[in-house]
Amino acid sequence: MNTTLSAVGGVPGPAKDIRVSRALGKRRHRINTMVKALCVLATALGMVLLGSILLTLIWRGASGLSLSVFTTVTKPPGSGGGLLNAIVGTLIQTVIGTAVGTPIGLMVGTYLAEYGHNSALANAVRFVSDVLLSAPSILIGLFVYQLAVEPFGGFSGAAGCMALAILVIPIVVRTTEDMLRLITPSLREAAIGLGAPKWKVIVLICYRAAMDGIVTGVLLAVARIAGETAPLLFTSLGNLNWSVSLDQPMASLPVTIYQYAGSAFDDWVQLAWVGALLITFGVLAINIVARLVLRRGK
Amino acid sequence: MPGRGDHEGIFGPVQQAVVPGVTSGSAAKFRPGDPIFAALARASGVFVLLLLGSLIMSLFIGGIPAFRKFGLGFLVSTTWNPVKEVFGAGVSIYGTVMTAVLSMILAVPLAFGIAFYLTELAPAWLKRPVGTAVELLAAVPSIIYGMWGFFVIVPLMSQYVEPTLIDLFDGIPILEDMFAGPPFGTGIFTAALILTVMVVPFIAATMRDVFETVPPVFKESAYGLGCTTWEVMRSIVTPYTRVSVIGGIMLGFGRALGETMAVTFVIGNSSHISASLFSAGNTIASIVALEFPESPSGSLKLSALLALGFILFVISFIVLAISRTLLRPKLKV
Repeated sequence: MNTTLSAVGGVPGPAKDIRVSRALGKRRHRINTMVKALCVLATALGMVLLGSILLTLIWRGASGLSLSVFTTVTKPPGSGGGLLNAIVGTLIQTVIGTAVGTPIGLMVGTYLAEYGHNSALANAVRFVSDVLLSAPSILIGLFVYQLAVEPFGGFSGAAGCMALAILVIPIVVRTTEDMLRLITPSLREAAIGLGAPKWKVIVLICYRAAMDGIVTGVLLAVARIAGETAPLLFTSLGNLNWSVSLDQPMASLPVTIYQYAGSAFDDWVQLAWVGALLITFGVLAINIVARLVLRRGK
Repeated sequence: MPGRGDHEGIFGPVQQAVVPGVTSGSAAKFRPGDPIFAALARASGVFVLLLLGSLIMSLFIGGIPAFRKFGLGFLVSTTWNPVKEVFGAGVSIYGTVMTAVLSMILAVPLAFGIAFYLTELAPAWLKRPVGTAVELLAAVPSIIYGMWGFFVIVPLMSQYVEPTLIDLFDGIPILEDMFAGPPFGTGIFTAALILTVMVVPFIAATMRDVFETVPPVFKESAYGLGCTTWEVMRSIVTPYTRVSVIGGIMLGFGRALGETMAVTFVIGNSSHISASLFSAGNTIASIVALEFPESPSGSLKLSALLALGFILFVISFIVLAISRTLLRPKLKV
């Protein structure tokens, strides 16, 4: 820092040797160019990695895409089969997980933004929600295993939904609180001035004004849980047969990918790539939609 | 409300309250909506507290048999022998911390470069697409990183990178031992590489957001003095955002510690510690994912896995708490 400042200050000084100044300036510019080049390189590397992942998925997955992937259930190696039960299982668990987690997250976010503010309880809730947001998802799986699998004697789709719902809550809490805080006080004051009770102000005015942000949060939560594997390993376990019953083990795309990718059978590995292609582009598409929703609001 | 009928407003009869004088009667009327809604909101907040509390308790209670059997030695013991029912967390804790720290060493400069590029260097038309691409990279499910790592990176490592590094460091003390052994492609080093790719977008996105909180006046003054872009970055932006940047790095560190699927694919799963970074190992998350199916309910092994989960939770809790304390003032992360 000192060298920088003296170098900068040195240039206009009358007593300084002009050659020294020029050499310093050259050195500074050389370093600047070098760092800039490294940064461009780092960014290019990031883009190459994203490209590599997407291209690998397309290259390996697209060749296995066919109608039977969507119409047949998983079968033993060598006898064809598709991913129908895994796709349906992922849809069921994602939808239920989101449906259960969203209202809770919404209420917690409302509590933080509208009631708790900076009270001790609100700060504790905010902290805990942040911890849940970044806590390793495998631990959520272990927790739900202890809570809903072991006592009830078996893996079940319901337990999977529960684990996913727990993952949804903190994401929705974060976006809901942030969005509610962005609403101008005058909007609330206008509604209160009309004599509306607080809960009606929140539900009818604030939620409506924050709708884009809240929807973005829910979409991001969907994108996150749709691709989760670790919490489902110990809860819904996966199921190679057709089952939509919530009290039975339930298949899901990520768990099926995990089982198939590590197998020794070529057709299973191929199906794993197809599943990976589907889940990745599905998740990225939801992410892009979420961003568009948020941008529309601005 | 104008344009609608007097009694059709969204607040229904409440609208009469607007008119002063007429209101006294309706204002005194008992409305249960508010207290119910407030109680519901507060209850949801308390529910989240209970959720985390019971998460910790369930892991701890599940781990009690293992803690009781092996005592504090569980934390440092490097034995993991399911046949003899002797379990220790040493190897997994070492693997978890080692992979996460290595990935941070690689990820921080990369993320800094990307964040620097996005805030100062990128032309306006590139900022948004590149920024979105970085965020999308963070959204790719971790199992995809695992597959990509296993089928794309592992072969590259075993054929090119690892033999080259082994030859390069041959004969240099310490480094020779760190980069030794048969180049299988899987192992701690590869796991750290995959983790790097996974956490770079997180750290870069946080850093970019933090860098953008620097008041433009500061930067403009420095540019006005003749500073180069790098000097502005080093002497103005970095000192101003130092605390939050460290918070962002800790956030990435927390993710790297608990990452399961991607690591499980490439770490090779072995319960031995070796000086070489190319040797197989395991992390807490990977051993839990891999060994869980062979741990019947009620067994000592399951208890040991739950105890491992508890340890992982404590480690990531501390890291996340630090990250949050550092980030809070500048950003809500």
